[in-house]
This record gives sequence, C-alpha cells and structure tokens, in this order.
Amino acid sequence: MTDTTEKHEDWSRPPATEVGVIGWLRKNLFSSWFNSILSLIAIYLIITTIPGIIEWALINSVWGDKSPEVCREAKGACWAFIYEKHRFILFGVYPYEEHWRPLVAMIIFLTLIFGSCIKPLWKLGWWLAALWAGGLVMVGILMWGGIFGLEYVNQSQWGGLPLTLFLATFGTVFAFPLGIFLALGRRSRMPAIRSLSVAYIELIRGVPLISILFMASVMFPLFLPAGVSIDKLLRAQVGIILFGAAYGAEIIRAGLQAIPRGQYEAADAMGLSYWQSMRKIILPQALRITIPPMVNGFIGGFKDTSLVVIIGLFDLLMTSRVAFQDINWRPFYVEGYLFCAAIYFCFCFFMSRYSQWLEKDLAKDQNH
Amino acid sequence: MQSLKVIGLAAGAVMLAGQAFAGATLDAVMDRGAVRCGVSGSLAGFSIPDSQGKMQGLDADICRAVAAAVLGDAEAVEFVPLSAQQRFTALQSGEVDVLSRNTTWTLTRDTALGLNFTNVTFYDGQGFMVRTDLGVTNASELDGAAICVQTGTTTEKNLTDYFRATGMTFDPVVFEGFEESVTAFVAGRCDVYTTDASGLASIRVSNVENPDDYVILPDIISKEPLGPVTRNDDDEWFDVVKWTVNALLNAEEMGISSANVDEMLTSDDPNIQRLLGVAPGMGESMKINEEWAYNAIKQVGNYSEIFERSVGTDTPLGFQRGVNALWTNGGLMYAPPIR
Repeated sequence: MTDTTEKHEDWSRPPATEVGVIGWLRKNLFSSWFNSILSLIAIYLIITTIPGIIEWALINSVWGDKSPEVCREAKGACWAFIYEKHRFILFGVYPYEEHWRPLVAMIIFLTLIFGSCIKPLWKLGWWLAALWAGGLVMVGILMWGGIFGLEYVNQSQWGGLPLTLFLATFGTVFAFPLGIFLALGRRSRMPAIRSLSVAYIELIRGVPLISILFMASVMFPLFLPAGVSIDKLLRAQVGIILFGAAYGAEIIRAGLQAIPRGQYEAADAMGLSYWQSMRKIILPQALRITIPPMVNGFIGGFKDTSLVVIIGLFDLLMTSRVAFQDINWRPFYVEGYLFCAAIYFCFCFFMSRYSQWLEKDLAKDQNH
Repeated sequence: MQSLKVIGLAAGAVMLAGQAFAGATLDAVMDRGAVRCGVSGSLAGFSIPDSQGKMQGLDADICRAVAAAVLGDAEAVEFVPLSAQQRFTALQSGEVDVLSRNTTWTLTRDTALGLNFTNVTFYDGQGFMVRTDLGVTNASELDGAAICVQTGTTTEKNLTDYFRATGMTFDPVVFEGFEESVTAFVAGRCDVYTTDASGLASIRVSNVENPDDYVILPDIISKEPLGPVTRNDDDEWFDVVKWTVNALLNAEEMGISSANVDEMLTSDDPNIQRLLGVAPGMGESMKINEEWAYNAIKQVGNYSEIFERSVGTDTPLGFQRGVNALWTNGGLMYAPPIR
C-alpha cells in the first residue's frame, strides 16, 4: 500500500525538466531545434551588444552641465547635450522666460487626456466635457497669452512637445467623428452621399500625408485672395484631421461590416430610426471591435505628426534635430534622437497598453 | 517630391500675375508692428535658434536690421522657419514680408518666380573636401572618385554639371539627410564630400575627430550669392530692405559701429550725417523715419559686426572674410552711396 501511495505522489509531480527555470527555458526557448538555434543567436547578440551599450550610455557618458569639449574627450554618450538643450527640444522657440506657460498648459492637457482614460470618470458625462472645455480655454490662455498680464505669444512660436501633442490629439479627436460619418456615408443607400464619401476616402487614401501637408502649406495659400493668409499651424492641423478621417473611416467600416445582419434587422424591426439604430445598437458594437486597429491608427497618426517638419513647423522631432545643428553639439545627434525616441515611446506605449486594457474591460461588460 | 515642387513653383508663378501688393507691405508691417521674416531655422551661422530658442545668425540679423530701420525695434521680428520647398510660396502668398533664408540669387528665381533679390549678404560657392592622406591638391585630380552628396539640392546638380563639363567621371553616393551624408563620409564610404564652402568649413570643425585629417580643395565650382528676397510687385518695400543692407555695408566702410554710432552723430562728414539722419531726407524718400540707419546700426551693428558674431573667426564656424570683405579690402562687398 505504502508503495503505491508514494508512486502516486511521484506521478502527480511533474518531472524536474518540466518545471522551474529549466522547464520555462525548455518550453519557451528550446522547444525545437529551430527555436534553439534562434535562442542561441539571440543570446549571443545580447551578450555581445548590451555591455557595449551600457558602457556607452551609462559608464563612459557625460552628465550634467558640461561643455561640448568635455563631451568630445569622453568615449561615451554626451547627455550634457540633452541637459543644455532640453528646454529648446521640449518647447522650441517659445520665449525662454515664459517656458513655464507651455509646461503648465501641457500638464493641464495631459491631465485631461489621462483623466478621460479613467473609467469611473466617464460617469461624469457632460461634466467631463465641461472640464475639457474649461481646460482647453486655460491651455489656450496660457499658450497665447495677451490677457491677465501674460505676454502675447503668436502660435508661430509654439514648438516642441506641446505642438506634437496638440497636433496629435486634435488630429485624433476631430478625425474620429468625421471618420464615423464617412464610414456611415460609404455604407449609405443614398447614391450622392455614398459616392461623395467613397470619392473622399479614396482620394485622401490615395496620396501620402506628406503630399497633403505640402498642398496645405504650398498650394493652398496661392488660391487665397491677396493679403488673406490662414495660419500655417491651422492648415497643417486641418490636413492631419482630413487625412486621419479617411483612414479612420475605413477602420470603422470594417467594424460596421462585421456586425451580423440580424442586428441591423432587429433594430429595424423595433422601429428605430436610422440614427437611433446606429447610435444605440450598431455603432457601440462596431466601435468596440475596431479598438485594436483604431489605436493602431492613433499611434501611427501620433508619429505621423513629425512630418510637419517639411512645412517648417518645429515639432518635437524638428526641435531635436535643430538642437544638434548647433555647431558645438553636432557630433551628438545620436543622443538627441534617443531622447526624442524615448518621449515618443512613452506616449505610444501608453496608448497601446491602454487599448489592451480597454478591450479586455469592454469584453468583460459584454459577458454580463 | 521633386515634381511636386516644380508644380508648386509653376502654379506660384501663374497665380502671381493676379496679385498686386504695390506699396502694401510697408504699410502692413507698420500696422502689425512686426516684420515677418522667412528663415531656415536650422542652419548654423545663418539662422538657428540657440539654447534659449532665440534665432541667431547672419540671415536672422538682417531681419533684425530691417525691423530696426522700419519700426525702430530690432526685436520686432516674427521669424517664420521655412523649408526649402515652401520658401518661395510663403513669400509670394504674403505669409512673410521678406525671405532671408540662405537663398541663391539665380536668373530663374529672379524672373519666372516673380521675386526680387535685394543684395548679396554672403558670397558662397560649392567646393570639395577630401581626406588629407589621399594627397589630392585640386579638383582636376578627382576623376573616378566616389563623392558623397546630399540629394535634392542644387549641390547635386552642380556636381553633375561640373564633371560633365570637365569630361571626368565620378561615383555618386547620395543621401537624403545631412547627418547621414556626413557620417558616411567620415566613415570612409566615399573619398570626397561636396557642398557649399561654408558648409564644408563647418563640417571640418565640428563633425570630424581631427580637422587636420581633412583638407578643403581650393576649387569653387559654382557661384552661390545668398541674399534677402522680396516680392517683385512692391518696389517701396524692396527699396527699404535693399537700402537697409546697403546702410550696414556703408556703415562698416565709414567705420561706424554699434559702439561708436552715438559719437558719429556729431561727425562733420556729410556722408555720415546723411546716413545717420542728422542731415534729413534719406528716410523720408523711403517713407520711413530718419533714424532708420541709426537704429539698425545701434541695435544690430554694421555688416562686419554681424558677420563676425555669426560666422566669423571667433565663432566655431571660423570663416575668414575672404570674398565677403569690403571692396576696399579686396572683397566683393560694395554698396552704392547713400545720398
């Protein structure tokens, strides 16, 4: 009897090669001969590169308020370059003494964005919208000034991170509803609306963003009457919105087509009007299943804002590049690009994680 | 990109026929209280923001001088950074009042694009830089060389023209961006690097480990006279910009600088009296105030001060005056008299 029990306990325990570190390694890195080779190559690459990178970035690097000459002597990264130029990279040519204004404006702006991502706050409904309106007015006052004793700053002097955030956020916020209307228009039974939507979407999707920005900045002003000029920043923003809307429309259309026909028929059978059925039945489902491609689009759109460099707007990428055009700091462009990339990564990574959470959370609601 | 640019420029030239700004720019500038000035914003020594975000350089200071002359305040300038492609449209459409963006004065730009170049503020030209150990001493020895060049610039075209004209061959190694092309040259991907001589000098001092390993050949294969540009339908404004630059050059010639301009007000020399508005009439004929040149010199400095501060021997760029010296010193800078 005792023998059998012991044996039974043995059976219930997995072999040593299947658990713990060895088990994990076997399962994840060495599950087949092909994976083993890939793992070995990867491990070799990591071992050969990582120490060099750490040495360059941390050990031999120059930190704090040092001169470019010190950096030239050093073998590692020159973070002194970032220290010297960080305010220019973040805020561009905004007047130096007034840098606290875009800083505060950016904090308000980011608080609004992150706040809107927190689920319990959605219950605020219109109050949230009111908060946004109030917040944006404050952001506007801080950025432009001209009242409350703040010096007026023309939007041509905006730059750096605030500019990138504004372009990306407003690009998303306005493109999204426009995209919904275009998607609905494309599936409309009314021929005029349908063909207009199709024409718009195909035309915009048929050209790269860079050419739209180019048209907005180079061709468009020539068609305005003499003396009338629409601000460059506004033109770029409108271009980004129009571009984002065409892509958003196609993503939403995919969502609309994925909804089973029965849902449309059920809505009709209940006597709901077109707008009622869309608002209450179709769109909530369609938008939920389009979250992953939509966020993909947002992330792409966020990074696409860097294309405004071709029309001479000083966005984050442009200010980083101008910073190392300074003749004293020219050799340290790698540090400049890394700093800029780190900022972009933080925002894009947040968007991606948030969308994963949102997807799971909404799926939970659905299963109730 | 290239074809878009051509379409844009052609359309610009066509549209321009219907526009009329005659005399309007000066009034607009006075009303606004600021000069809108198109600059590069990313070219060291000419127009680039410093760590405080303040635009610095030779092109930027020309804008400040114009603002000082017209409005009496050198800081009354709105700098508009413009890319190479959009700069002419921005000027044609009235987005900027004056373009001071290291722009080469050429026949087609002066005529077909409907622009007016006021003066030359910097004489540049395309040259070559090679590694010293190659032992090359002039451009005629470059037959068959691999040459790094930035694409989409007149530099690339000049290079092709030069080699075709001299019957030599070369192996172009083209790059889209500045850093990539310089990095490739320093890494030995090509034997020769070519761009404007001013650019070569700045690369030699700032992008390579040991400047003595590289030598700039004496040959200059193109003429690149850079200067401010205005629209060709507003002569009044054109004159204001042109004579502001002329005043800066004349000031250097007469020995007037920002340091001694106040003492010069009491000078007996009629030329100086006219320039500084002590003997009135000059400002009036341009419909601006009589202290125009005084303000420009006092607040910005004469041409020599601007040059030395932006690109001169005490700056990292370290340019000699060379052809940009006054005619009295063997250079090309010759301003017509103020009278």
